[in-house]
Amino acid sequence: MFRKQIRPALVLTLLLCLVTGAIYPGVVTALAQLLFPKQANGSLVTVNGQVVGSELIGQGFTQPYYFHPRPSAAGNGYDAAASSGTNKGPTDLNLADTLIAAKVAEVVTQDGAQLGAIPADMVTSSASGLDPHISPANAALQVVRVARARNVSEAAIKNFLARHVEGRQFGFLGEPRVNVLLLNIALDSVLPRTDSAAHQSGARR
Amino acid sequence: MSLNGWLQIIFYSAVLLLLTKPMGIYALKVYDGSIGWLRPIERLFYRIAGVDAEEDQHWTRYAGGLLLFSLASMLLTYLALRLQHLLPLNPQKLGAVPDRQAFETAASFTTNTNWQSYVPETTMSYFSQMTQLAFHNFASAAAGMAAAVALARGIARRTAGGLGNFWVDLVRGTLYLFLPLSLIWALFHVQQGAIQNFLPSLDVHTLEGGKQTIALGPVASQEAIKELGTNGGGFFNANSAHPFENPTPWTNFLQMLGIFLVPAGLTWTYGRMVQKPAHGWALWIAMFVLFLGGVTTSYWAEARGNPIHAARGIDVVASAAQSGGNMEGKEVRFGIANSVLYATITTDASCGCVNSMHDSFTPLGGMVPLINMQLGELIFGGVGAGLYGMLMMVLATVFIAGLMVGRTPEYLGKKIQSREIRMVMLYVLVFPLVILVLTSVAVIAPEGLKGLNNAGPHGFSEILYAFTSTPANNGSGFAGITGTTYFYNTLFGIATLIGRFAMIVPMLAVAGFLAEKRIAPESAGTFPVTTPLFVVLLISVILIVGALTFFPALSLGPIVEHLLMGAGRLF
Repeated sequence: MFRKQIRPALVLTLLLCLVTGAIYPGVVTALAQLLFPKQANGSLVTVNGQVVGSELIGQGFTQPYYFHPRPSAAGNGYDAAASSGTNKGPTDLNLADTLIAAKVAEVVTQDGAQLGAIPADMVTSSASGLDPHISPANAALQVVRVARARNVSEAAIKNFLARHVEGRQFGFLGEPRVNVLLLNIALDSVLPRTDSAAHQSGARR
Repeated sequence: MSLNGWLQIIFYSAVLLLLTKPMGIYALKVYDGSIGWLRPIERLFYRIAGVDAEEDQHWTRYAGGLLLFSLASMLLTYLALRLQHLLPLNPQKLGAVPDRQAFETAASFTTNTNWQSYVPETTMSYFSQMTQLAFHNFASAAAGMAAAVALARGIARRTAGGLGNFWVDLVRGTLYLFLPLSLIWALFHVQQGAIQNFLPSLDVHTLEGGKQTIALGPVASQEAIKELGTNGGGFFNANSAHPFENPTPWTNFLQMLGIFLVPAGLTWTYGRMVQKPAHGWALWIAMFVLFLGGVTTSYWAEARGNPIHAARGIDVVASAAQSGGNMEGKEVRFGIANSVLYATITTDASCGCVNSMHDSFTPLGGMVPLINMQLGELIFGGVGAGLYGMLMMVLATVFIAGLMVGRTPEYLGKKIQSREIRMVMLYVLVFPLVILVLTSVAVIAPEGLKGLNNAGPHGFSEILYAFTSTPANNGSGFAGITGTTYFYNTLFGIATLIGRFAMIVPMLAVAGFLAEKRIAPESAGTFPVTTPLFVVLLISVILIVGALTFFPALSLGPIVEHLLMGAGRLF
């Protein structure tokens, strides 16, 4: 049963390891870097020549003049070296009465959200903790705050937002969504901020 | 539930149906040797390894080869993980993997489970991910396929001594089936945004002036075989929820398709091998019905959302502007429909990759993945493992039907006698034995309770899920459980090994016994295996065996939690 099969077991382990563990990923890397270098290296986004993140990886925003992402359980929030969800179950006290309730209170105060009408993604953490998107309903609720913080009309922000809603892929796959980082970068480029915070961060750049 | 959600589920099902036959034809040609464009490389491999490719192996030799190969590759990985700090391609300068975790990981990947107690970003070097974990993704998949093909040969052949040659099946499955498919899948993934590089983590200044460290690596190549080989081990902690692993709804679709593609095709291959194509389709339909039942239940539960969270202010009603439902632990780009579809597929097949956190599903939504695994990973199932798991249940069904009408059970012209049934029963019983005994041990042991992330019935569900996922060789988790202790690492590692090898050996024994039998011609008394009646009977046997075994355990976990959630009870 076993004798005479020891050599094939050892040799084929090493040979298949070589083919599937070294040659295959090597070939994929070469082709990927040749054909799709931007994607292969992380779809990085630059502002004024500085890399500010990846368009696929969410990042934290707390300033009123930016659109805010979903709550995140990755590290201390949007830690892209520690992806994670909360992994809290449906009857978890901490999830219902601390995580969700606190975020609900925040969006009620900040955005005037109505209880019972808060989009589900707005107050729940994503699976990766790095979700780059929010739902169009979530973004719409933040329009008033952003418009006020940027001293522009609500209609202007609303129109702007409408142009940044991504539809379903090929018209039916996935869900409609808004990429928060790309939206905020675009906001900064067409509607420069006039408040004091903008001056400070303008100086940083 | 939304119209668009159902449209996506129907579209997925239609594509799977259309690809079943082409995939089946290709797999048939790979294993009967009529595809051979890499024959020179194949021959070279056999020569170096000292393999006689013409040898037709008795089932004991076939099983022996599989066991030895698994042992050798497991040892290699254990060593490589322990010596990780001395090996190349380690830009983050990660240290050696601790002994208990190296054992568990080596066992887990050798058995096609890919249970991960470690956080990949901070544990595994690129070298370990590529040359060990991705290698096992190929090798364990090819070994599972070989075992299924051996069983198919055993059933198809008449008065034969052997089941084919394990080494040849292993090499051919890897070279002709999994490598080309993975190459295509990987490139589609990169085009959509999955990363593929050897760069160290990147530090960036965010728009608000904070610092973000972005983990990078050779992701796409591992991603492709992760689904196609129904392995499921993620490059990142968040697995296929991580945008670098699964950036768009289109990659999500490809991943779901990749999981079922080979197992679905294999039903066709099998029908052809036993010269009863309609029987292959009957198996496909039985699998599909069980799949549809799962996805419908889970979709209903998740779209309905969590009444406790709704009472805190969340709008759970889906609209054009938001997906509603239970979005805790789910990604916006996938919403509810693609999360439940993925969760059902990944646990029907023994894949175990996740694009949402099953731990945060509603009780009934999360019970579907649990039941899918407890039914034995035979709803399309793991590559190879799904077919042979289903065929064991077919033999049980034929046996029970035979008892009901008082005839000697017969399957495709072969008499099913006591020694076959004894092996089938061994196969069927090992699985719940491991799940229920180890779950009981863990809920009694203080070490077991220490690792929980949730209290109340959900804590019990976390343990039950873990000890179902490991012997089922699935690898998904109610991921809140902290498995990085000697207690859990050791038990999980052992559970994966029993769940793989204590089931594959009796299965190969059945194959060997059946191969020796003659085939009796069909008569009016032959039990038909292509009719709707057969499909219904098969599904009933699967559900009844599963329900009788696991209902008590399920009622202590998800079922009671569902009732408590309705009452607003928190823990």
